[in-house]
Amino acid sequence: MRNGSRERINFIIYIKIYTSVMNNNKTKNKALTGGAAMAEAFRQINPDVMPVYPITPQTPIIETFAKFQAERIVETEIIPVESEHSAMSACVGSSAAGARTVTATSSQGLALMNEVLYIASGLRLPILMAVSARALSAPINIHGEHGDVMGARDTGWIQIFSENVQEAYDNVIIGLKLAEKTMLPIMVIMDGFITSHSVENLEILTDEKVKSFAGEYKPEKFLLNLEDPVTFGPVGLPNSYFEFKIDQGKAMERVFDMYKKITGDFHTISLRNYDLLEKYKSDDAEQIIVIAGSAAGTAKEVVDKLRNEGKKVGLVKIKLFRPFPHKEIAEALKNSKSVAVLDRAMSFGTTPPLYSEIVNSLHGTYYELLITSYVYGLGGRDIFQKNIEKVFNDMINGRYIEEEKYLNSK
Amino acid sequence: MNKKLTQKFAPGHSTCAGCGIPAIVRTVLDATNDPVVVVNGTGCLEVTSTLYPYTSWKVPYIHNAFENAAATAAGIDAAQKVLEKKGRGGKKAKIIAFAGDGGTYDIGLQSLSGALERGHNFLYVCYDNQGYMNTGGQRSSASPYGASTETTPSSGKDIGNELYRKDLMQIVEAHHIKYLAQANVAYIEDLKMKAKKGLETEGPSFLLVLQPCTNLWKYPTSLYVHYGKSATETNFWPLYEISAKGGSASGGENVKYKINYTPKERKPIEEFLKGQGRFKHLFKPHNKKVIEKMQKMVDEKWEELIKRSKN
Repeated sequence: MRNGSRERINFIIYIKIYTSVMNNNKTKNKALTGGAAMAEAFRQINPDVMPVYPITPQTPIIETFAKFQAERIVETEIIPVESEHSAMSACVGSSAAGARTVTATSSQGLALMNEVLYIASGLRLPILMAVSARALSAPINIHGEHGDVMGARDTGWIQIFSENVQEAYDNVIIGLKLAEKTMLPIMVIMDGFITSHSVENLEILTDEKVKSFAGEYKPEKFLLNLEDPVTFGPVGLPNSYFEFKIDQGKAMERVFDMYKKITGDFHTISLRNYDLLEKYKSDDAEQIIVIAGSAAGTAKEVVDKLRNEGKKVGLVKIKLFRPFPHKEIAEALKNSKSVAVLDRAMSFGTTPPLYSEIVNSLHGTYYELLITSYVYGLGGRDIFQKNIEKVFNDMINGRYIEEEKYLNSK
Repeated sequence: MNKKLTQKFAPGHSTCAGCGIPAIVRTVLDATNDPVVVVNGTGCLEVTSTLYPYTSWKVPYIHNAFENAAATAAGIDAAQKVLEKKGRGGKKAKIIAFAGDGGTYDIGLQSLSGALERGHNFLYVCYDNQGYMNTGGQRSSASPYGASTETTPSSGKDIGNELYRKDLMQIVEAHHIKYLAQANVAYIEDLKMKAKKGLETEGPSFLLVLQPCTNLWKYPTSLYVHYGKSATETNFWPLYEISAKGGSASGGENVKYKINYTPKERKPIEEFLKGQGRFKHLFKPHNKKVIEKMQKMVDEKWEELIKRSKN
């Protein structure tokens, strides 16, 4: 069956389901910033504990949530800690104690937490952290970038990127369940300022739906179960440490199946599709851009424009970055002729992080693709449609110049 | 071993022969009949009691990192509060954090300060062996003036540690908590009384407990009680309590100092120093002035304490 007809049939089914959903529920449309939307998801989840520490551009999340708490709309215990290190330390204590625990951070805050991020994942604590991704100092810069989250990519946390305000909201709800079902902590990532501070229309699920989707947090082992005392955080010597880490790796591999199941369930309540990858007109594309985060929206506009000009271009958007869906990526790119990977971060001394993952995904495959790497948007630098259009045109013309790999740089 | 003593902290841990840490832990844990949850900063106690797949802890226990025992306790406190509020709580447990001087005076000071200032309900016990003993005896800000340590070794030119010990009790007091006390593992009954008071306090409480380290103070394993006692008999380590009725934001008005033990006759500081390898160099003639200075510091501190306790 051709894609077109499959899409049409799906569309008809969607209309039917959507109509019935709209008749039975009061799903609301709202205009919110990414920060407010994530806080809204937190309100609906009504977490047990939330250690908070301010940092731009994350602060609107905790400020909005603190107002809910002040009005007793939520019953969450907020701990206004004295640093991000203590925020994550308190998260570990609270989550191990048996409480559903969330927090939020950005940039330097995430870097300061780094030590404890490994402990949270090593202890298998399903903490949810909203990250408003931002550049790292020096020089100090408060704007959107992926340098901070890329720096935490090997901490054993699930990492999920959001393109827009709707995804930021949805990913909090999906992410909480994914963390608790896999006993792994999760970072739900949106782009600092670009998404966190932009007002967009989104659809908010009913409180009842979110509540029943999230369910109750019932950990198997927890500190406050006084009848069954447990030692958290023992010493693991060379005779045991290795196996702990192998088990942690296996837990990460189980995330894919759980993600598919949970996003399937989420589709039932929201009608929104969260496949492992978003493939935008990429099935028959000859040139594909791979990208994560808010710039995917800009890139889709460019794809549409070039498609209208008869150029067979497409986009693959990354959602889960940890664990990384190598197989699905290889499958999604196999029919193309060339691929450009756009990173909003650098990895000094080697190739950028997302590019490295894509090369990894295609290693050992039989397709001969030309894969190129571009870096864009560092420290909040704008990326324009013309920059992305140039990337596609360079691919079409077989032109790649190493010196021009920084998009919209001076 | 006495069954009651081992009902919360089992024998079989691997602390050094002659280490007082287990006695501190057992005394504190036995000071309450309520359930307890233990938080432990990285250090001697943690590495010797939780060697996977074994654990000495018969009560719920968590080790997070070196510098964050207080913040971890804060998280547990918040969890306990909210679970009770939401009707998912169980029996109320006392939260007790143990950490060494490195994890408290130095790297964990910020975390401790935050948790004290926010008024979390927990008892923080610092076992103070006056240096980074788990890593082999480096100087901490709890190391006394004149001590030879691995990072401030004494030599023909250096006296060892030239810096004065941080006054942690004053720092903790400045948080306006309701109860804090200085104790000593060689005075178990006093420690037990203080642990009991700390555990009965609403909000944060703090104990600073001297823990002579046989290995790195460098004295025979049979002598930890001896050195503990001589630290107090020389007024090097006075036993005292600071309590405030008002607690947080009391403005210090109700602060009361109480000295728990006054030696009949203050012994000279040499009584405490002699026989300890870390102070051996001080007995060389050219270091006579260092001992004199130590004596002066001890006496001045004691006078200050007496003055405060009379207010």
